[in-house]
This record gives sequence, structure tokens and C-alpha cells, in this order.
Amino acid sequence: MVVDLDVCTGCQACAVACLAENNVGIVGEEEAAIGSAQHWIRIERYWDEGEYPEVRAQFLPVMCQQCGKAPCEPVCPVFASVHSEDGLNSQVYNRCIGTRYCAHNCPYKARVFNFFAPQFPSPLEQQLNPDVTVRSVGIMEKCTFCVQRIRRAREQARVEDRPIADGEIMPACVQTCPPGALVFGDAGDPDSQVSRLMASRRGIRLLEAFNTEPSVVYLKREGGLDV
Amino acid sequence: MSERGGPGSVGRGDRPGPTPVSGSTRTGPTTEEAALAFEAAGVKTAPALTEENLRDLDRDLDARVFGAMQSISIRYLLLVGFLGSVVAFGAFAFGWQIYKGIGVAGINRPVFWGFYIASFVFWIGISHAGTLVSAILRVLKVEWRMPLTRAAEAMTLFALMIGGLFPIIHLGRNWRFYWMIPVPNERGLWPNFRSALMWDLLAILTYITASSLFLLLPLIPDLATARDRTRGLRRRIYGLLSFGWRGTQQQWHRLHVAMRVFTIVVIPIAVSVHTIVSWDFGMTLVEGWRSTVFGPYFVIGAIYSGMAALITVLVLVRRSLKLEDYVTLRHFDRLGKVLLAVSVIWFYMFWAGFLTDWYGGSTVAKLIQHEHLVGHSAVLFWTMMVVNVLIPFILLWFRRVRTSMTAMLVISLLVNVGMWIERFLIVTSPGINSLSYNWGSYTPQWPEIAIATATFAAFALLYVLFSKALPLISLWEVKESWRVDRWRREGLIEAESDVPPLTMGVPAVTGATAVTGATAVTGATAIGGRGGAS
Repeated sequence: MVVDLDVCTGCQACAVACLAENNVGIVGEEEAAIGSAQHWIRIERYWDEGEYPEVRAQFLPVMCQQCGKAPCEPVCPVFASVHSEDGLNSQVYNRCIGTRYCAHNCPYKARVFNFFAPQFPSPLEQQLNPDVTVRSVGIMEKCTFCVQRIRRAREQARVEDRPIADGEIMPACVQTCPPGALVFGDAGDPDSQVSRLMASRRGIRLLEAFNTEPSVVYLKREGGLDV
Repeated sequence: MSERGGPGSVGRGDRPGPTPVSGSTRTGPTTEEAALAFEAAGVKTAPALTEENLRDLDRDLDARVFGAMQSISIRYLLLVGFLGSVVAFGAFAFGWQIYKGIGVAGINRPVFWGFYIASFVFWIGISHAGTLVSAILRVLKVEWRMPLTRAAEAMTLFALMIGGLFPIIHLGRNWRFYWMIPVPNERGLWPNFRSALMWDLLAILTYITASSLFLLLPLIPDLATARDRTRGLRRRIYGLLSFGWRGTQQQWHRLHVAMRVFTIVVIPIAVSVHTIVSWDFGMTLVEGWRSTVFGPYFVIGAIYSGMAALITVLVLVRRSLKLEDYVTLRHFDRLGKVLLAVSVIWFYMFWAGFLTDWYGGSTVAKLIQHEHLVGHSAVLFWTMMVVNVLIPFILLWFRRVRTSMTAMLVISLLVNVGMWIERFLIVTSPGINSLSYNWGSYTPQWPEIAIATATFAAFALLYVLFSKALPLISLWEVKESWRVDRWRREGLIEAESDVPPLTMGVPAVTGATAVTGATAVTGATAIGGRGGAS
């Protein structure tokens, strides 16, 4: 995935789309205030130096970076955090016993925990996605790159006996992003849009010093919108 | 056996030296001569103990210990009731947490671990006192440890039982904790041995096993004594637990060999356990945790808090069981010196880690230090520094402080407060992490406080119950040390003898020296109960 920080407006549409797509529970104001909101993707807002109104905000959408060397994986005692064959870092919900060690070891703080059983205040319970597990209390969860959409596209392509087309898979956040700051695709295919964007000289990876080999490339800000 | 252990045979030691061993440059002087020699040397506290004196002392010790064990006062019942209700409330809080979800605790994102893990590290730390005092002093053949070992070993076991509960209490799905246990299961899934938490589990289970045996082995002769001094159901239970101990030469030999092996084995286990606990933190990518010094730092911290807890327990046990004659001021004087030394080493280790973090220049690590020094956690941090470093360092130099029960009680309690704070500060430091948008803080909630309090009550309760069920002083080791002392004064064994008290009853070792085999064996037999004839 590529995130173009020059294009992101910080509108949070991705976060809302993610909540709807992935059956993410609503924790309420109190829990959110102490940091326990369940967002799988969040827009981090950082203020530049300066006094209001002469101040600029920077937005940084952060989701699970699907690390190549994921620090969350070796620390899990029950193999709930494992690497999938296609390079995703998956969380197996029904293996998780809730030690929360993985969340500590994630430098991106991408993992969220079900401190209580997830709530879906009416009418939200009417729109739960049947393709996605509804999690229970006491387990860890995180962004999956909408693995259900990836699997569906792959099966469709297999049925039609063709390769998956570039841009065919769209996680909910990518599909929703109004300015198109998020781009998803196959980084292994040199002709895909993500590969071309990743080659940009603006490309950086988040907290690269930890050597986690994230799959998400950020295109750093060089101009773009003033917000 | 009982004839050999009877007064007649032991009394032989009273008469002028046993048959001189040919070739020996020195034969055993008489008791009177020994007493005179000590008097001449100006040793006033050296009464010439005759075998009769010794047996009086034995009887007195037994009477006190077993008397205290068998009398149950109203105050005792009230104490048990009070502690029991605190524990019950903690159990209720745990039930509440299971019912509502782990969110009733104050933990949040990013501070995923809080009171529970701090308490876990704390209790595992406390458990180190038993090993240190008992095993290390055994290896070094320090004799003043005798009255302390049992209390210390019991502490290890109780602290481990309590500490081991916390990783389970803190789980999001506590009812699935057994998924960490490596047994074949219906899920066809083995636990992940790359995870430090698995190492933890195995280390703690190993330590519990080893420390249980370490407590139980030297209990056997005392259980036999208890069997011989009780009636009815108690007698049958003690009889069962003492594994048919009759005080034979062979049994003593096996006990001594087993203890020698265990003493050596249990020390590396103890060190590794707390190192592994520290690796839960040290091996992560988390700034403020990631550290190479955490292993030894946690081990010394564990020894520090363990020594302090041992002093606290000894002050209280000594007073409540009226053991002033056995746990003496001399003991506290020496424990105080050890505490002072460990305090200094702890500060050195702390400083080694702190300075490295600071000099390393990592922004996050420095911000955490800034919070500790002058920020939100400054009150806790400086409290820790005062009670862990300043107070012990200033006060423990003075013998008057080290031999004052009140002062030692206060200092040891303060050290443990400080050590608890230290663990708390470490565990909650991920509140500051690499992406500042995610910073957070942690405030403990009532279930966490209730459960943490309950564990202190549970520790006290276990101790209180233990004090009525089993002798809190290792009777046979104390008695043995008296005899060794006597034989040394009589010159039957060399003054700086390398005959360790543990092997005293073994003729293979002592028989060849000036001590006749018979004396050694019968002396030892007399210590551990009255044998099979009773």
C-alpha cells in the first residue's frame, strides 16, 4: 500500500469505512478518551511549530504496516499472530488469549484490544459484514488489509482463470478515500501503480530504524494542501 | 535406633575425649578444658554446653515451636478471618473483571500492562529471598542462617504461588490460560517457544517445583519430630508427610546428599527465572524497555526486595512466635549489612542502565527519563530513589539501626515500597512511545487495587496458616548447629572446620577425623525425632 501524504486531507473517511467494513466495535467516548478506541486505521494529527492561526497540521494515516519482519509475531505465546503465505501479518482471533504482548512490541501501535465485548449500538448491528468475524472480549485485533476482499478477488480470478488485475483489490479505506491518497496493489509486480509510486524519491517507510520491513510506503509531504 | 540415639550413647561425648585417633596431633580436650580456654580467650558468651544442656535446649525449642503451633487464640482466628475476607474481596474483583471484561482495569492503549504485571515482577522478586538466604548461605556454609532458612524458603514458595497467578489474572481471556501449556491438544497447536512469555511460564513452573522440593526436603526430619509429638489426626498426617523418617544413618546421608545437590541446582534456577522475567521487557522493541542490562538488574532488584521482605517477615514472626532467642539481633545485624550491600549494587545497576539510555540519545528513552526526573512520574521516581537508595545507604551503616527491630521493619517495608514503584514505572513506561499521537497514561482502577491488595493478604494468610501447620524454624538444623558448635569448642572438630553442618551426621566424612563415628551418628540421630521406636 502507498499513502501519499501530499494528498491526504485528514478527513477520516477511511476510518469510518474501515469500521463499517470490518465490524469494528464502538467503544464509546470514555474508552476512546483513554486511548482505547478500536480504530484499525487512524489519522494521526501532528501540529507544526507555530501559534494559531499561523499553524499547520500534518496528517499521518496509520494502519497495520504488515511488516515483513513483524515484531508482533515472535512474542505471541500461542501463535495468534502469524505470517500468512501471501505476506500478510494475520491475527488468528480464536487463538488469542489476550496477553497484549504483541501490542506492546508493535512500534506503530497498530493493534487494538477488545477490553470489553464489542458493542454495536442500534442500528449498527444491522450492517455487520457477514464476511468478517465479530470478535469477542479479551482478544487483539488489527488491520488485515481487508483480507476478505483480497481472498474474494483471488477466487474470482481463479474461477475466471486470469491473473488479478491491478487495482482490482480495494480495501475499504482505499475505496473510500475521497482524494485518492491511498493506493493498494501488488508491490511484486513492477508495472503496478503501487510499484511505480513506491519508486518515488518521496517514498519513506514509517519508523524505518526498527527494521521491521513494513509493506506500507508513505510519500512524504513536499507541498500539496495547506490545511 | 532409639537406643543408639538415647542419652547414654550421646553422653559419651561428655567424658574426656574419645579414643585418640592415632597419628592425630591433637586429641579432644575435656569440656572443662574447653570452657576454660574460652574463658581465657575472653569469650563470655560461650557456655560450655554439656549434652544435658543441649537436650534441655532441644526440649525448650521444641516446646516453644510446637506449643505455638498447637495453641490457637481468638486473635489468631480474627487475623485469619480478616486476611481471608481481604482475599475474598480480591477474588470477587477478579470475578467482576471476568464478567465485565478486562477493561474494568485501568489498562488501555498504549499502556497495555499495568498493576498486574508490576505485581507479577514484584512477587517473583520477593521469591528470591528464600533462595538467596537459604541456598547461597548453605553453599557458603554460613551457620547463622540456621534459624532463617525455613522462613525464607516458605516465603519463596508463597511468593511464587502468588506471583504466578498474575500473568493469568492479566489475560484478556483468563479462561484460556492453559493454551500456553505445551501439551498435546485438540487444536493441534504447540505453543510458540520463541515468545519470552513461554520462557516465563516454563521458568516459573521449574522454579515452583524446585523451591517446593527445597522447602520440603529439609522439612522431613521436623515433620517426623512433629509426628512424634502429636496425637490423633495430626499425627497421622505428619506421619504420612514424613515419609517414614526414622532418623537412620542412611536416611540422614540421603537427605544431606539431596540437599547438597538441590542447594547447587536451585541457585542458577533462581537467577535464570528473574532474568527471564526481565527479558519480557528487555527483548522487546519498546523504547524504555529494550535493554541489555535488564537481566542482571532485575536479578539484583529481586534479591534486594526479597532480602527486605525476609527482614519484614522475620521481625514479625520473631515477635509473634516469641523466637527472640533463636532469631537474634546478630541475625538482623548481618542481614542489615547484606541489605546495605545489595542496595548499593542495585543503585549501580540502575545507574548503568539509566546512563546508557541517556547517552544513547534515543528521543523516546530520553523523554521517558524526563518524565521520571521532572515530569508526571517524578513523585514516584524520587520516592523510589529516597527509599531504595538514600535511606538504606544513610541508616544501615549503624549497628544501632541494624539491631533495632522498629528501624529494620520500617526500612525493609520502605525498600519494598520502592521496589514496587520501580516495577510500576518500568511496566507503564510505554505510555510514551515512538508515535507521539498515541501517548497515554495509566491510572489503576479498583479491581486492580483490590486484587493487588488481596495478594498481600494472601501472602500473609499463607504464612499465618503455615505457622500453625509446620515449624517455621528448621529445628534439626538449629539443633545440629548447636552440636557442631559444641564439638568445635571441645576440639573434636577443627575450629575453622570444613566439616559442613550438612554432612555432620555422615560417618564417611566425620568418622575419619577426631570425632568418632559413633558420636557423630548418634548425635545426629538424637536431633531428628526419636526414631522408629516412638
